[in-house]
Amino acid sequence: MRDVLAVLRTPEGAIGSGVLILMVAAALLAPVLAPGDPLAIVGRPLRLPLADPRFPLGTDRLGRDVLTGLLHGARSTLGTGAAVMAAALLLGGAVGTIAGYLGGAADEVLMRIADAVQTVPGFVLALAIVSVAGPTQPAILLALTAGAWTGPARVVRAEVMALRSRPFVDASRLLGRHPLAIAFGGVLPNALGPLLALAPIVVAGAMLSEAALTFLGLGDPNVATWGAMIAEGRAVLRTAPHVIVAPGLAVAVAVLAVSLLGEGMQRAAARRT
Amino acid sequence: MRTVRLIARRLAAAVPTVLLVVLGTWILLEAAPGDAADAYLAQAGGGDAAFVADLRARFGLDLSGPDRFAIFALRLAAGDLGTSVVFSRPVAAVIAERIPITLALMVAAVTFAAVLGTLGGLLAGARPGSLGDRLLSTAALALLAIPSFWLGLLLIRWFAVQLGWLPVGGIRTIGGAGGVLDTARHLILPTLALGTGYVALYLRTLRAGMVDAWRADHVRAARARGLSERAVVWGAVARPAFLPVVVLLGQQAGTLFGGSVVVETVFAVPGMGRLAYEAVAGRDLALLIGVVLAGTVVVIAANLLVDLVMVRLDPRIGAGDA
Repeated sequence: MRDVLAVLRTPEGAIGSGVLILMVAAALLAPVLAPGDPLAIVGRPLRLPLADPRFPLGTDRLGRDVLTGLLHGARSTLGTGAAVMAAALLLGGAVGTIAGYLGGAADEVLMRIADAVQTVPGFVLALAIVSVAGPTQPAILLALTAGAWTGPARVVRAEVMALRSRPFVDASRLLGRHPLAIAFGGVLPNALGPLLALAPIVVAGAMLSEAALTFLGLGDPNVATWGAMIAEGRAVLRTAPHVIVAPGLAVAVAVLAVSLLGEGMQRAAARRT
Repeated sequence: MRTVRLIARRLAAAVPTVLLVVLGTWILLEAAPGDAADAYLAQAGGGDAAFVADLRARFGLDLSGPDRFAIFALRLAAGDLGTSVVFSRPVAAVIAERIPITLALMVAAVTFAAVLGTLGGLLAGARPGSLGDRLLSTAALALLAIPSFWLGLLLIRWFAVQLGWLPVGGIRTIGGAGGVLDTARHLILPTLALGTGYVALYLRTLRAGMVDAWRADHVRAARARGLSERAVVWGAVARPAFLPVVVLLGQQAGTLFGGSVVVETVFAVPGMGRLAYEAVAGRDLALLIGVVLAGTVVVIAANLLVDLVMVRLDPRIGAGDA
């Protein structure tokens, strides 16, 4: 709790978390604020922003409300960011703890796998996985997590290796606890700080990749996404640039807010030590 | 000697990596719905059960998993990446045709990012905490948040559509004389779209390195010797801070390759990235796997190159161990 307050006291942390809370609220309240299907045609196509009070941000090529798409699209991008973060930190944390605590062959095998994953260009890997698994949200989650767990795994492994020789670990071992129980129950909780410090980087990367994948048409066609809105607006780039400006800005602001929050976390941590 | 040892060690370390990547791509192929026999039948227009069984036997699809993997790996080792369904040509030939364009785009983006990022990093890191530093650092964070494909569309809108200064896409003027200059002109906007995020990344990395260097003893020693402020910044602070930037060049090779997928699609640049997109759109798995493997090789080569540069920059690397 004190750590959270310390982050909020930095200007970066305050601005980043403020914007993020607003965006998450907008995403959660999207069905209330803009009820109905966000992909439904509701008015004349290509209305300019502010031209019609019903469509404050205008309409797209098919006559769908841009603001509604923006609100519902937040669910996809922010949701993917949060889900990939949770999955990558859990998987990376588990792999890093096992590799770092057990060492030996287990460490060797897991780290070679991490090397291989890090050598394949992450976005190309995601593209391949989604194109095999089909354009659904779980497939995107799987594809982005597949490339995102290696950083957390390496960080946790290094921490666990440093903690392994501490007296409290020897004490648990003498008490006869199972090695994995010591690794996950005793050692991993002490390595959580550096693991959580990676969270903003994972989220920012996942949100940018989700936007790029959906822009390329690899998102679920029945879900409103910022990437798909930009792809849709591309056809009217000359005549109606307003269609791509709003969703693109939304991606940038969301990613920036997460990065600022990460800056705030770093600054607060530096101040504490 | 040190260099030769380093290359040998790096290549040896790359062997398990490449094997695992090949295994991963094979698993992906196996996981894909349908197999080569289905693809053949779809083109041939169907056949009876006996024909299908015969086809499966001929393609080796009735063999055990490890056997199928061995055949796949041996074919790759012989340089046979299979045949592209979309282009009806060997995958290797298509990739060889496309890869120079992507490499040119990647080198251009990295050069642009390194020059501008270094300038900004030096300005910000020369006086950490100053107003200029805070402005530059925050601006860099904002640049990092901009999706490259969206920036690309905005650049097209301003510089190609509105102002008409630069071409909208492609790599040569249709019906024009062509030539290197023409292609370079076509690559300006893609380079900006791909490289802008890296400007910010290099700026922030160089600045972070300089912030650390300011606290180091050798900087105080340089001050104590009465060196001018400029000499301190250049000689003692900036020099060591360049090492992490060079390391970053290698680490980001994969991200850069992935970024060019999207940017090439936006600008209709016929490189590897666009090839990956065409493979996905045409459900051409052999081609897609070829792109994944080519990307892996590019990343390994880029890291080797970075290691060689690091050996020159830092005499400690590779000196101690055997």
